Amino acid sequence: MNDSSSLPAPPPWSFDPRRLGRLGGLAGLTMAFICLIGMPVKIDTVPLIERHLSRGYTSLVWVPIVFGFIVASQVVLEGMQARKRGLGDIIDGTVVGGLGGFLVGVLAWLINNYDIRDPLINWSPALYDFLTFSKGTGFAFFIWTALGLGLGAVGAGLQVLPAAYRRMATWPAIAIVSVSVLEAAFSDLLENLKLEFVADAIYAKQRGVTVKGAIILAVLATVVAFGRDRVKTLVASANANGTVLPGAALLDNVAASTRKKISTALVVVAIFVVPLFLGRIMHELLANVGLFILLALGLNVVVGLAGILDLGYVAFFAVGGYTTAVLTSPFAPWWTPELPWFVSLIVVMFVAALVGLIIGAPVIRMRGDYLAIVTLGFGEIIRLLFLSDWLSPYFGGAQGITNIPGVELGVTTIKGTDPRAVFYLVMVFCIVAIYASWRLENSRLGRAWMAIREDESVAEAMGINTVNAKLAAFVTGAVLASFSGAIFAAKAGSIFPGSFKILVSVILLVVVIVGGMGRIAGVMVGAAVLIGVLGGPSQPGLLQEFGEYKLLIYGVLLVLMMLKRPEGLLPNVRRSRELHGDELTQDVWIKAQIEMDEEDGSATTEGEVAPA
Amino acid sequence: MSHVLEIKDLNVVFGGLHAMKDLNFHVDEGEIVSVIGPNGAGKTTFFNTITGLVKPTSGDVLYEGHSILGLDPNQVTALGIARTFQNVRLFANMTVIENVMVAQHCRTSQGALSALLNTKAFKQEEREIREYGEKVLAFFGSRLVGYRFDQPAFVLSYANRRRLEIARAMATKPKLLLLDEPVAGMNPKESAELTALIGRLRSEWGFTIVMIEHDMSVVRDVSDRVVVLDHGETIAQGDFDEVSNDPGVIEAYLGRPLENAEDNT
Amino acid sequence: MDLFLSFIKAFLILMVSIGLLAFIAQQIDPNNPFAEWRNEGATRLGWPALKGLLIAGIIQGFMYGLIALGYSMVYGVLGFINFAHGEVFMVGGMSGWIVSEKLFESGLWEDAFLLALIIVILISIGVSTLTAVIIERVAYRPLRGSPRLIPLITSIGVSFFLQYTVSLLLGPASKSFPVLPEWLTKDRTPLDISGTQIMVLAVAIISMAGLWYYVENTKTGKAMRAVAEDKEIAALMGIDVDKTIVRTFAIGGAMAGVAGIMWGLLFKSLIFTSGFLPGIKAFTAAVVGGVGNLGGAMAGGLSLGVAESTAPLVLLEPLGIPGVSQLKDAVAFVLLISVLLFKPTGLFGERLSDDERA
Repeated sequence: MNDSSSLPAPPPWSFDPRRLGRLGGLAGLTMAFICLIGMPVKIDTVPLIERHLSRGYTSLVWVPIVFGFIVASQVVLEGMQARKRGLGDIIDGTVVGGLGGFLVGVLAWLINNYDIRDPLINWSPALYDFLTFSKGTGFAFFIWTALGLGLGAVGAGLQVLPAAYRRMATWPAIAIVSVSVLEAAFSDLLENLKLEFVADAIYAKQRGVTVKGAIILAVLATVVAFGRDRVKTLVASANANGTVLPGAALLDNVAASTRKKISTALVVVAIFVVPLFLGRIMHELLANVGLFILLALGLNVVVGLAGILDLGYVAFFAVGGYTTAVLTSPFAPWWTPELPWFVSLIVVMFVAALVGLIIGAPVIRMRGDYLAIVTLGFGEIIRLLFLSDWLSPYFGGAQGITNIPGVELGVTTIKGTDPRAVFYLVMVFCIVAIYASWRLENSRLGRAWMAIREDESVAEAMGINTVNAKLAAFVTGAVLASFSGAIFAAKAGSIFPGSFKILVSVILLVVVIVGGMGRIAGVMVGAAVLIGVLGGPSQPGLLQEFGEYKLLIYGVLLVLMMLKRPEGLLPNVRRSRELHGDELTQDVWIKAQIEMDEEDGSATTEGEVAPA
Repeated sequence: MSHVLEIKDLNVVFGGLHAMKDLNFHVDEGEIVSVIGPNGAGKTTFFNTITGLVKPTSGDVLYEGHSILGLDPNQVTALGIARTFQNVRLFANMTVIENVMVAQHCRTSQGALSALLNTKAFKQEEREIREYGEKVLAFFGSRLVGYRFDQPAFVLSYANRRRLEIARAMATKPKLLLLDEPVAGMNPKESAELTALIGRLRSEWGFTIVMIEHDMSVVRDVSDRVVVLDHGETIAQGDFDEVSNDPGVIEAYLGRPLENAEDNT
Repeated sequence: MDLFLSFIKAFLILMVSIGLLAFIAQQIDPNNPFAEWRNEGATRLGWPALKGLLIAGIIQGFMYGLIALGYSMVYGVLGFINFAHGEVFMVGGMSGWIVSEKLFESGLWEDAFLLALIIVILISIGVSTLTAVIIERVAYRPLRGSPRLIPLITSIGVSFFLQYTVSLLLGPASKSFPVLPEWLTKDRTPLDISGTQIMVLAVAIISMAGLWYYVENTKTGKAMRAVAEDKEIAALMGIDVDKTIVRTFAIGGAMAGVAGIMWGLLFKSLIFTSGFLPGIKAFTAAVVGGVGNLGGAMAGGLSLGVAESTAPLVLLEPLGIPGVSQLKDAVAFVLLISVLLFKPTGLFGERLSDDERA
C-alpha cells in the first residue's frame, strides 16, 4: 500500500477550459453578488491598512485568491497518486482569477450604462465609483482583470507551495486582517494594560493598522510560522535519530492528561483575568457572548448529546426570562412577590422543567424532522402568547415587564450597569453547565443518548426507554436555557417578547454546528467567535459595520458547514464518524476483512498444525 | 406449570399478507428451541412480535404466564427477553465495552441527579456496570477483551460483531434469549465454535434460548426441539431427526415431489 | 408519560368542544348563560361575517395548498423537509413585484391587465423555479444519502441566505404592489367575492389542475412516483433519478411562484420575511393532508386556511380570550401539533417511501 510506484500514475495537468470557465464565472458572480448587496461600499469607511488597503476592497479581493486556490486543488482518491502541482496550476489560477476580475469590470460597465437601481438598491453611482476608482470604465476593466490575474495566481500558488511555506504566506495575512478588524478589542486591552505605545504603533486610531504595524505583524506571524515549523522538524528528526532534545525529558515526565489539565486551567484563568483589563464596551460584549455560550451549552445537550434537533430552544430562554421578571420585578402586572434573584432562580428551574415536560411530552416521540418543525412552532407560540392581549394582564404584552432589580449578592447587586459582573456570573453558570454536560455524557444516561443517536429502535430493543431518555435531555436543556434567561432578565432590567424570536434558536444552532456538535470546547469557541465577532440576533459584535450582513453570513456558514464539515470546526470524534458514515463504511469493511484474515492466520499458527 | 414463553393463536396481518397464521408455540425453562423455515416463512416477524416491535392482529403472547402484548420493546426487554438482529445492528460508533454497558440500562437505576452529584451509589453502579460488561465479554475468550474494550464496534470483523451482539443481549440480564441467525456469515470453524458457546449459554448462564437458524448443523447440535415455520404456520415440531424426516418439511424446503406437481398442472 | 400525553389530548379535545359549544350557544342566543359564561359581551356572529371568514379562509387555503405541494413532493421524493421552500415562494412573489412595477410604469398593467398578469405570473414561475433548481443543485444534491437531519439543517441555512439576500439586494422595506384595475376590484354579487379573490382562485385551480394532470398522466409524473418509491430500483429501470429530482424541485418551485405572486396581489405587499410563516404553515398543511400525498396537500391547505380564519372567532372568542386575531398564527401550530398527536399520518394518509417503513 505504501509503495507509491505500484499506484497508477495520476493524469497529467491538462487545460480544461470548461472547468476554468465555470470557476471563473463563479468567482465573478461571487464578487458581483458582494457588490450588489452593498458590502464593499458600506464597509469602505474604515481602512484595513492605513491609506493603502480599505476594508471595502478587502471584501472583494479574497475571492480570486480563494477561487485560485480551489482550481488548483485536486481530489485524491484512495489508491491514486497525488499529482505534482506546478506551473500548470498557476496558469489555471491566473485564468480563473482574471476571468472573475474581468466580470467585475463588466459589472462596472453595466452600472454605467443601465439604470436598474429601482429594484436593486445598491446599483448606485457610489458602487460605480468604488469599482472604477473614479477613473472610468476602461480603468475598471484593466485594474480588476489585472488584480484577478495576480490574485488568482497567488491563490493557486498557495496550493503549489509546500505546507510549511504556505503557512508562512497565509499567517501574516490572517494576522493583519484580524488585528485590524478587531481593533476595538485589542486597543482596549492594550490601553488597560498600560501598553498604549503598542496600540499607537500598530493602529492609526480607527483608521486601520499603520503600515509599520502591518509590517511588524507580518514579520511576527512569519517568524511564528517558521519557528513552529522548525520545532516540528527538529522534534521529528530527533525522534527518528533517537536523540533526546533538551527539555523533552521534562515534557515527557508530564502525562498527556496532566498537560490537558494544565492548559484547561490556564484558559479558565485567562477567561477570568482578561476582563479585568478591558473596558466597558468589551464587558458588554463579553456578557452577551457569555449568555450565548450558556445557551449554546444547553442546546448542545439537546442537539449534540441526545441528537434532538430542537428549533424552539428560545422558548425556554423566554420562560426563564419571564419567570424571573414576574418573580422579582415590582412592576410585574399581575403578581409581584419581589423575590430575591437567587430564590426566584429555584422557581425558574422548576417552571422551565415543567414547561420542558409539557412541550416535550407530545413532541419527543415524533420523527426527528417533524420534531424540528414542531418545536419551532412551540417557540413561536410561546412568543405570540407573551405578546398577546390575552396574557398581557400577566406578562405585560408588548410593553413587557420593566424594573427587574438584578442579582443581589449581599454586598452588591449585579445588573446591566456592570456588565463585567454579569460576565462573571454567566461564567459561573457556564461552569455549572459544563460540569453537568460532562457528568451526564459519561453516565448511564449519556450512554443511552449515544445509543439513541446511533440507532433508536435498537436502543429501544436493548431496554432503553428512549422516550424518557430523550425527555431527560430536553428538560436538561430547558433548565440550562432558563438560567440564561434569568441572567438575561437581570442584566437587561426589562424584558419584551421581541427578545425571543426564532432567530435566536437558529443562530444558536449555527453556533453549535460551527463549533462542533457534542463537544463542549467546540461549542464554547463557536459561540465566542461567532457572537463575539459577528454579533447575536440583536447584540452587536466586534464587527459592528457588518451588522447588516451577519444573518446572511450565518446562513452561508450553516450551508457551508453542512456541505463541507458537518461535524464542526472542533468536532466530537464520535459525532463526526456518525456524520460521515457512508464514506467510512467501505474503509471499515476492508479493515475488518484484513483483521479477519489475520485472526484466522494466527489461529492456525497457534492452534492446530498448519497444513504445509 | 407455566411455560417461560407461550404463544397462543397468534395472527399477524400486514395489509393483505398473512405473516403469522394461528401460531401456537411455547418454550420451557432451560430449553433451546430452534425455529427454522424457508425464506419468508415469517421467522423474523415472529421475533418482532415477541419483542413488541410488531403488534399482532389477534392472539396472545404470555411471558411467565403474563401477557406481554402491547408493551413497548424496552419493557419487554426489562421483563427479561433479549434479542439479537439478523442484520447485525450494533451501536457502531460506541466502543465495545460501551455497547455492553449501555445494554444494562434497564437493570440499573442511577439517574441524572446522582450523575451530577457523582454520588457514592453512582460510582458504585458505574463500577458494577463495567465489571459485568467485562465479564460478559470475557465469555467470548480473548476476542473482545483487553485493548478491544475501547475500540469502536465498527472496526470489528464480521464474526466479532456477531459475538458482540450476543454479548450485548446477554448484558441486559435476560431469562430468555432470542438469537436471530447467530452464525450467519461465519465460516464453518467459527460457527462450530459459536455452537459450543450457545450450549454454554444455557449450562453456565442459565438462559432459555430461542434461535432462528438456517445452518442445519448448528440446529442439530444444540436444539432440544425444532419448530418449522412456513407461510406463518407451524408445519412441524419435534426433535431434529423427527423434523428433518417430515415430508411436509422437505416439501416446504424443496418443493413438492415431481409427480404431484404434474398432477396439479 | 402516556398518562401525561392522554391528559394533553383530553385537554385539547375539551377546549375545542367547550369553544364550539359556547359558539353554538352564542349563535342561538347571545344572552344565554352558557355563551356568557366565559365571554360576557358575547354577540351573535352574523352569516355575512362568517361567510367572509370562510371565503378568505378558502382563498388563503388554496395558496397554502400551492406551497404545500412543493413540500409534499420533495418530501415524497427525497424524504426531507425543504425548509427553504417558503423562501422560494417569497422570491417568486418578489420577482412578480419587480415585473408588475415595471409593467405598471409602462402602462401595460392598466391597458391590458390580463396580458400583464400572464407575463407577471410566467416570470414569477420562471424565477422561483430557477431558484428551487439552483438550491437543489448547490445545497441538496451533494448531501443525498446523508442522515436525514443534515439536509434539513442545510435548508434552514438556505432559507436564511435567501431572506437576507433579498433584503440586501432589494432593500428591507415592504414592497407594495401596483393597484389592480378597477373592474377587478369592485365587489361581485351574489356571493360577495371580490374580483381579486376570483382571480386568485382561478389561477390556483388552473395550476393545481395542470399539476395533477402532469403527475398522473405523463411519463415524468410516473418517474417521479417511481423515484419516491425506491430510488435505486427506479434507476435500474432506466429512470434518470437526478433529472426527476430536479423536475420535482422545479414543479414545487413553479407552484410556489404562482402562490407568491397571488399572495402579493391579494395582500398588496410583500417583505423579505414574508416567506417564513406561510412556509411553515404550508408545511403544516402538507402534514395535515398527509405528506407525500398531493391531493392531501391541497385538502390540508384548505383545512388549514379555513381553520385559521374561523378558529379565532369560532373557538377562541367564545372562550373569552381577548385579541383573538393575534393568535391566528398560533392556531396553525396548534393544528399541526394536534394532527401529529392524534393522527401522525395526516388526515388523508401518507405515502411513505421504503426507508421510512423499515
